[in-house]
Amino acid sequence: MADLAPLSVASKFKWNWLKIVAMMIAAILALPILVVLVNVLIGDGEVWQHLYQTVLAEYISNSILLMLGVGIGVLLIGVPFAWLTSMCNFPGRTFFSWALLLPMAMPAYIIAYTYTGVLDFAGPVQTFIREFTGWRYGEYWFFEIRSLGGAMVMLTLVLYPYVYLMSRAAFLEQSENTLEVSRTLGYSGRAVFFKLALPLARPAIVTGLTLALMETLADYGTVQYFSVNTFTTGILRTFYGFGDIAAASQLAGVLLLFVAVLILLERRSRHRIRYHASGLKKASNRRMVLKGGRGLLATLFCSLPILVGFFIPVIVLAYWAMFKAEMPGSNFIQLAWNSFYLAAIASLIVVSLALVLSYAIRLNNGKTVKASVGVAGLGYALPGTIIAIGTIVPLAWLDHRIIDLVKHYNGERVGLLFSGTLVALLFAYSVRFMAVSLGAVQNGLGKIKPSMDMAGRSLGMSPFKVLVRVHVPLLKGSVLTAMLIVFVDVLKELPATLVLRPFNFNTLAVRAFELASDERLVDAAPASLMIVLVGLVPVILLSRSISSRTGY
Amino acid sequence: MTSSPLYTSLKELTLSGVSVGYDKEAVVKDVSFQLSEGQIGCLLGPSGCGKSTLLRAIAGFESLMTGEIRIDGEIISNPSHSVNPEHRYIGMVFQDIALFPHLTIAQNIAFGLSAWQKNLIEERVAYLLDLVGLAGFQSRYPHSLSGGQQQRVALARAIAPKPKLLLMDEPFSGLDAKLREELVPDIRRILQHEKMSALLVTHDQMEAFAMADQVSVMDSGEVHQTGSPYQIYHRPETRFVASFIGHGDFLTATVCGSNCVHSDLGNIRGELDHGFADNEQVDLLVRPDDILHDDDSEFVGVIVSKWFRGSHFLYRVKLSSGKVVYCFASSHHNHSVGQEIGLSVHLDHLVMFSR
Repeated sequence: MADLAPLSVASKFKWNWLKIVAMMIAAILALPILVVLVNVLIGDGEVWQHLYQTVLAEYISNSILLMLGVGIGVLLIGVPFAWLTSMCNFPGRTFFSWALLLPMAMPAYIIAYTYTGVLDFAGPVQTFIREFTGWRYGEYWFFEIRSLGGAMVMLTLVLYPYVYLMSRAAFLEQSENTLEVSRTLGYSGRAVFFKLALPLARPAIVTGLTLALMETLADYGTVQYFSVNTFTTGILRTFYGFGDIAAASQLAGVLLLFVAVLILLERRSRHRIRYHASGLKKASNRRMVLKGGRGLLATLFCSLPILVGFFIPVIVLAYWAMFKAEMPGSNFIQLAWNSFYLAAIASLIVVSLALVLSYAIRLNNGKTVKASVGVAGLGYALPGTIIAIGTIVPLAWLDHRIIDLVKHYNGERVGLLFSGTLVALLFAYSVRFMAVSLGAVQNGLGKIKPSMDMAGRSLGMSPFKVLVRVHVPLLKGSVLTAMLIVFVDVLKELPATLVLRPFNFNTLAVRAFELASDERLVDAAPASLMIVLVGLVPVILLSRSISSRTGY
Repeated sequence: MTSSPLYTSLKELTLSGVSVGYDKEAVVKDVSFQLSEGQIGCLLGPSGCGKSTLLRAIAGFESLMTGEIRIDGEIISNPSHSVNPEHRYIGMVFQDIALFPHLTIAQNIAFGLSAWQKNLIEERVAYLLDLVGLAGFQSRYPHSLSGGQQQRVALARAIAPKPKLLLMDEPFSGLDAKLREELVPDIRRILQHEKMSALLVTHDQMEAFAMADQVSVMDSGEVHQTGSPYQIYHRPETRFVASFIGHGDFLTATVCGSNCVHSDLGNIRGELDHGFADNEQVDLLVRPDDILHDDDSEFVGVIVSKWFRGSHFLYRVKLSSGKVVYCFASSHHNHSVGQEIGLSVHLDHLVMFSR
């Protein structure tokens, strides 16, 4: 049966403007990638030569090592805990199955500042060791957190939830029958895990892994603070320090290559998830019960990542913010206000655009529209640094054309209309966060079956009335969720904000970064704590939807 | 407005030369039929034959490539003009039921009654809830109802505004067999009680026979035949209709007179002239109930397989020519596979197609 969703025959033609608008939105949102790509292609040979001789090797090797370390780390934490909470029963399992997501609320750069404050030479841990043993500087070995290894650990701690989330869903999807059949064919419980459950969950695990690695590539705050030279730090240094847009774009282009590989990997494994889910009787209704010591061990084991990845840093931040930091004054209120209204406007814009795109797909259902929406959603994989470069280049060009034009006709001087204002920031956020909001909105819209539109029409409602009486009430929740997610993501976003913010305009994230860079870790605590606490809201929402979905 | 402005029942739905398609390719080709007052019609055909598309065109969700659709003589659709679905006064029940999940059962049923007076709405909703056997469910939400109950609500919602015509797109396909058996006569009763004309789409002939006064058999976008279930079964006009409806086999036969053919099972005479020329080679349709077990018959066949069906046996019997046909036998005629049995043919009207 043809799968058609037009609200009515006549409207097929009326809705064409929606298709055009959707394609325009997609084209504009694709601009940053295009700019970077074009710069790579028309790139100056000399710039290349120079980059190649000096920094490229270091950037590449550091980025690859970082991805390798984080990749192994998130797999080692994410998969076993997903298995434990989905297949076994032990004290506190229900709590852990959602609490293991908590580190998601913690931006990597903030956990990095916190642990640096705790673990570096002057921090309480090493001070205690020195006082306790009487050793002095250089007389003992201690883990140097401000290193590549440190960055791996910090990123792992906050990124493992991606793998955990995806693989847990996959384990829960696995049919009990499949698992039981293998038991009747003589496989032990452990063999079932390695021979069956793990391979079946592999596409999901790979998807989670690629998402974590995209975040790793996108990270700026952590590696910059730890002085690990990767692409993101390199791009911003080239751009800021040397003002060399060409070289920065070239670097961004190489980074884009890495990202492209990850995107392809992710798309492929997402595609395969569909084939691996059997959709039969679910496994979750009979869990292996871990009794006594083993159960206690599981409880202890599960509390580790939550403690290290969330509670310890939050407690430290709270302690610093309350007892040691400068009292936050009107300056802090200004920062918070800046962050909040910026995030609010951004989420409004992004979700409105997502609504337009989603309806364009629903009402046109053509290949062109689908492809354009796919392009519009590509930004989620792009590091903020790339988007920043891809935003500032065309906007600055446009601004200078406008300035020239006005001068030519009026003789007056105008300022930078786009590149120097919040417009640039809002544009970059739209590129970066379109995918998340599209996902949430489309998910909600998918639940309104096309036949509901038709039912409304055949009951005498005009298309507009159907929209008001059926779509609005049914879509409200998804739209609010989408806005919330974008809001929090904008609040946490660092590199793009750093590059594109107007002169003298600060947000919580930028201020925390600046203070930390000045080694005022303690003073960065109030802003950091605020970001983490607000970031908790969508994580709680997410964990609630998980527990309601599985009925536990 | 005191009451529904639409309370005039359908006199006639007329489709003439209707084609519907996407991207210039016709999915429904040159369809014509009529449905008169109080009748329940059915579009019957295999999946993908275009029947649902045709139904949506009547509801106003698809545009016509050619032809026209009229209600009581007034054109509601032709290639250049289309009355919006909300102005057609046609109700529809959907395959996936499509109740509004955010509204209660009563609000769902009242959805199409927004122009009515409040007390009339309440009265109508209470009446319909009672009619579909769901009194007391008014403040429940759709998700708390079973599939059959949801389907009843969908029906109540569709007929609440007293539409001229009710369309039903595979309304029972999502329900299990037992529920379907209960629901089909129920819905027929409700429609007759409301004196409502309806058009049903299904791929299930038993459903079609149980519900409809008039069946249109469709294949590849074309209507092959429109008629009563009896006509469709016993007087199929095309080879497709003959093979799609019921069990049956084609016997090779030679015409031997104006109402006679010669086949593997001897000379068979019908009551009427068949209109084929003498000695013409034809395929003769034989249904399982046309071939009876008859020990005295000169014609025999070997049993290839059998099904016990409680009241009777259904045998597959191989004739001397090698042709295999169905044969009904009452359930005390228990023969084993491989046994030879006598067969005789009892046909009143010959259904034949030239080879």
